[in-house]
Amino acid sequence: MAPETATLEGQQVAATPAKQPTRTDNFVFGIPQDGLQTKQREVPLDEPPPLPPNSELTYIGKPTQRYDGPAKATGKGKYTADVQLPGMLYARMVDATIPHGHIMSIDTSAAEKLPGVRAVYVIEHVYGVAELRNPKLDGPSRYPTIRYAGQPIAGVAATTQQIADDAAKLVKVRYDAKPFVVDRTEARATDAPAVFPGPADEAGSAGGGGGPADVPQKGNVHGPERRKRGDTAKGFAEADVLVESEYFTQVQTHSALETHGFVVDWKPDEVTVYASTQGTSSVRSEFADVFKLPKSKIRVITEYMGGGFGAKFGAGNEGVVAANLSRKANAPVKLMLDRRQEHIVSNRPDSHQMLKIGAKSDGTLTAIQLTSYGTAGVGTGAGTAGPATNMYKCPNLLTDEYDVFTNAGPGAAFRAPGHPQGCFAFEQTIDELAVKLNMDPLALREKIDESPARKVERQLILERTNWRNRKSAGSDPGPIKHGMGIAQSVWYRFVNMDSSCEVRVLRDGSVELMSAVQDLGGGTKTILAQIVGEEFGMAPANVVIRIGDTRYPIGPDSGGSVTAGSITPAVRDAAYQAKGKLFAAVAPALGTTADNLATQNGRVVFKNDPSKSYSLRQVTAKLPTDEISARATRVAEYSKDRLTYGGVDFVELAVDTETGRIHVEKVFGAHDCGRPINPTGVISQINGGMLQGISYALFEQRIMDDKSGYMLNANLENYKILGAREVPEIEVALIENYIAMSSTDAAGIGESAGIITLAAAIGNAFYNATGVRMRRIPMTPANVLAGLGKVQREVMA
Amino acid sequence: MNKFAFVDCKTVDEALGQLGDGATVKAGGIDLLDLMKDDIVFPAKLVNIRNVDSLRGITVSADGLQLGPLSTLSEIADHPEIQRSYSALSDAAGHAATPQVRNMATLGGNIMQRPRCWYFRSTDVDCKKKGGGSDECHAQAGENQYHAIMNNSTCAMVHPSSTAVPLLGMDAQVELTSKRGKRMVLMSNFYVPPEKSVINETVVQPGELITGIFVPAPAPGTRSAYQKYGEKESFDWPIADAGVVLVMDGALCRKASVVLGVAAPTPIRSKAAEAVLTGKTIDEATARAAGKAAMQDATPLSQNGYKVQLFQTAIYRTVLLAAGQMQRDPSAIG
Ligand SMILES: Cc1cc2nc3c(=O)[nH]c(=O)nc-3n(C[C@H](O)[C@H](O)[C@H](O)COP(=O)(O)OP(=O)(O)OC[C@H]3O[C@@H](n4cnc5c(N)ncnc54)[C@H](O)[C@@H]3O)c2cc1C
Repeated sequence: MAPETATLEGQQVAATPAKQPTRTDNFVFGIPQDGLQTKQREVPLDEPPPLPPNSELTYIGKPTQRYDGPAKATGKGKYTADVQLPGMLYARMVDATIPHGHIMSIDTSAAEKLPGVRAVYVIEHVYGVAELRNPKLDGPSRYPTIRYAGQPIAGVAATTQQIADDAAKLVKVRYDAKPFVVDRTEARATDAPAVFPGPADEAGSAGGGGGPADVPQKGNVHGPERRKRGDTAKGFAEADVLVESEYFTQVQTHSALETHGFVVDWKPDEVTVYASTQGTSSVRSEFADVFKLPKSKIRVITEYMGGGFGAKFGAGNEGVVAANLSRKANAPVKLMLDRRQEHIVSNRPDSHQMLKIGAKSDGTLTAIQLTSYGTAGVGTGAGTAGPATNMYKCPNLLTDEYDVFTNAGPGAAFRAPGHPQGCFAFEQTIDELAVKLNMDPLALREKIDESPARKVERQLILERTNWRNRKSAGSDPGPIKHGMGIAQSVWYRFVNMDSSCEVRVLRDGSVELMSAVQDLGGGTKTILAQIVGEEFGMAPANVVIRIGDTRYPIGPDSGGSVTAGSITPAVRDAAYQAKGKLFAAVAPALGTTADNLATQNGRVVFKNDPSKSYSLRQVTAKLPTDEISARATRVAEYSKDRLTYGGVDFVELAVDTETGRIHVEKVFGAHDCGRPINPTGVISQINGGMLQGISYALFEQRIMDDKSGYMLNANLENYKILGAREVPEIEVALIENYIAMSSTDAAGIGESAGIITLAAAIGNAFYNATGVRMRRIPMTPANVLAGLGKVQREVMA
Repeated sequence: MNKFAFVDCKTVDEALGQLGDGATVKAGGIDLLDLMKDDIVFPAKLVNIRNVDSLRGITVSADGLQLGPLSTLSEIADHPEIQRSYSALSDAAGHAATPQVRNMATLGGNIMQRPRCWYFRSTDVDCKKKGGGSDECHAQAGENQYHAIMNNSTCAMVHPSSTAVPLLGMDAQVELTSKRGKRMVLMSNFYVPPEKSVINETVVQPGELITGIFVPAPAPGTRSAYQKYGEKESFDWPIADAGVVLVMDGALCRKASVVLGVAAPTPIRSKAAEAVLTGKTIDEATARAAGKAAMQDATPLSQNGYKVQLFQTAIYRTVLLAAGQMQRDPSAIG
């Protein structure tokens, strides 16, 4: 099925170029539960042989301890926030205290005079926000227009963090304040204050941030971006039943544990950037653009990373400020955002969605129509049509997505951009359809869903959960009501061809892998070690993995779940080729030919004489040079098929209808992501996605004060995130789905890992418990009691 | 955070000698340091009393319970005699905040912590409670989902002290010591509603130190309970909490006190709920009637009407818990 809404920048699915010499290989294909098949593919000649299924492999597909787990658990792993360099200065960002207006003047003299202050830098351009199509409309000013409270204005570097903090407060900014609007509904009014004086667009970012350009804009309403398939009017006319629904979701902030931040060491011959980033390569590109430097003079390092979720790709305002301060002060500068700033720097846009679905009485969908409004503050990218467009078979579709500008911090890509919002509305509407059709929600999906993987996943739900004992909606007698619900997700296979690495084999038997790719915490280092280990018959923990440094071959930016699917084939290819070079180099000394050598059970053996067997070290000792190495770059996908991944998640919960508290008791998820390389890592990602999904469904919400334009809960006590006591029993069933697309068949799991489905599954379970539809998240006591009709709530949209 | 002097004291006299001239008492420091880091308060001097041994200790006698103000919430929660005879107090201490906070937080600091209101606790906005010349309460027409639903016409803050709820219900007294001497203040006189002073929440004067908290021994037949409701269980503030002390004669309730936390700017007793319970057999219907009665004068703001429903539930379930007719509520946090 074609992912029509997939607009992740820089991630192209490339077809095999015609000219390359190829051979035909037979690949394992399909899902074990359905019976594995064989698929023939043309592959380039120097590709390694096809991998057998996981059950026949030694390290790949086996639960493997996190490569850097001990270093993280003991505090040895150094995150950007931990970097200490000789002579390093500490910086603090100064940000706007008004939500909209012009800066009349900035007086930095008091800050500069504070003992210990070494540099002050005033921002000339704001990054990561929408920009006017006609920049002249902002009028002449030395300073960027302020469009949200918390917009970066300047940075101060000093010898201690305390001095930098004090100095930041001494920077005096005079404003000419303008009317503002922070509420999405109010911003849509024709007489609302205009956030931008004319049409504005935000460029896309790796990972799916930003939104469409070239769409109409009226006032603050940017769009629609319209997508059409078939004829919805005709489809609705053919329908036996129609459901129309309306749903609302809130703004969620990324709230990474490690705030956005950089340490920049600006030297004339090279700028070294320690970045808390998802893309060493995208950070290097933006630094090169902003500072007009050749990429070769910029080195970006990300050894350990404390969470990004989509919001950490470029240099950002923090990086640009840190670099300018470092250049001015002639010293390394560390600039980490504080917790308040972290809440304002990025978010998942909110949404107001109206859906209409038509179906035949057997469930067959005849038409889907979605209109959505969402605010990404001063950015764009609030579309929600992904699930409605790409999940089910439906000939007629019409989606209109609008961005609504408000004077609030910009949205950014956030774990499956648009999908959690879209799924909350769409998968509940599908459930509403099931109710109207008097069909079991799983059976309805069986009818309309063509994905073979989700078919198996639904079967697992039936076999391994309580689903068959589901009672009719709202049938529990007391105030505490129990219910079950499911929801499905879809995500897309994207591949980033900027995926290269080098494998080195040394005479002492050590093996090293190098790539600029970064590990966000998802376990990239571990899977790379498994793949190299599999080729050399070496325990993954003994492979040396050096990644997260642009001095190594370029790696993919980690957005849209591309990392595993992009880099692992390059790593296997490099390891395979390095092994070939090793065998060729040592074969004469061993008295044989290279093609007679193979690795088996951790040893190098003669194919024609299994009694001849050596340890890897005995073999490398025969190397004529101290080191041999091979470099490989991602080979194009073996087929042009466009694939999606997904999952089906099941929730069992209790609703306390007198307190409005929801107790999620059990989550069962069945998920697929191609060939799982490290099931432990994949399941850990899914656990995390589910928890983030529950947190989104029940607790998290940005609260803006309409009167001042400030975010009132820019902290971690009133911005509520799920904690240990809210963690339900979780079970994950991971299915293997062999796709014959690359030398590893690996795929990422970051997006379709529960974050997409949980709010919808909880909504569906809530309906099953109470007979009432929750049309709004987060499902706090206030919203739940209002939803149950127990209290009047303020009219709000 | 401002620059400040820090003095570490070993005795009450030493601490009293250091108070005055913008000095502030520091006990566990949980609330005080938060407020300093957010630039809401900027004391010139911190008088650390954590090492004043005479302010520590819990003694139970025939007269009642004597608590040093440095008793931590964990110590109170884990104390077997308090669990047995003053269960609402151990419930409250054991369900406030988080385990880590409870290990640090002291009883004196807990009842003296400043109120919750995101406008009051924001550096960015001024309000009448901050005394900076503003005459506004932003919560009344602003974002007020966590704010007071009663007595909220002057200032809609709430005071989140969990322990103050049972202490009020148990007629506790607070011993205040200054250079001039000691005075005992009943819990019912300890907090000052905003109508009387929008700046100060308590009667504690500059130069005064809480040196003890005394809870009289319960009358025979006393049963008590406290429950706290929030949006989540880990690391959250109460949005409704209730403390109930019943003097029972068989199934009959001779005397009741029903105390509501975070309903009003300060913890309050509900005479209306108490009247419903007194002289009655406790069952679900009476308990629910008490909950309704407690809320009859509620004046919710634009976004906190749900707290009226929540308090009714909190009260009826806590009355039944105190009476031994219901299990601890899974929806009550902590
Ligand atoms: C996430 C979180 C959740 C929380 N949830 C709850 C909750 O549910 N319920 C609850 O009750 N609390 C809660 N708290 C608040 C916490 O319990 C209080 O901050 C703590 O009890 C304060 O005690 P302390 O000893 O640290 O006081 P400090 O911070 O040291 O002092 C607080 C104030 O009391 C004054 N003071 C302290 N001791 C004395 C004394 N002996 N004499 C005179 N003045 C004194 C200080 O001058 C200061 O003004 C929560 C806190 C956090 C961070």
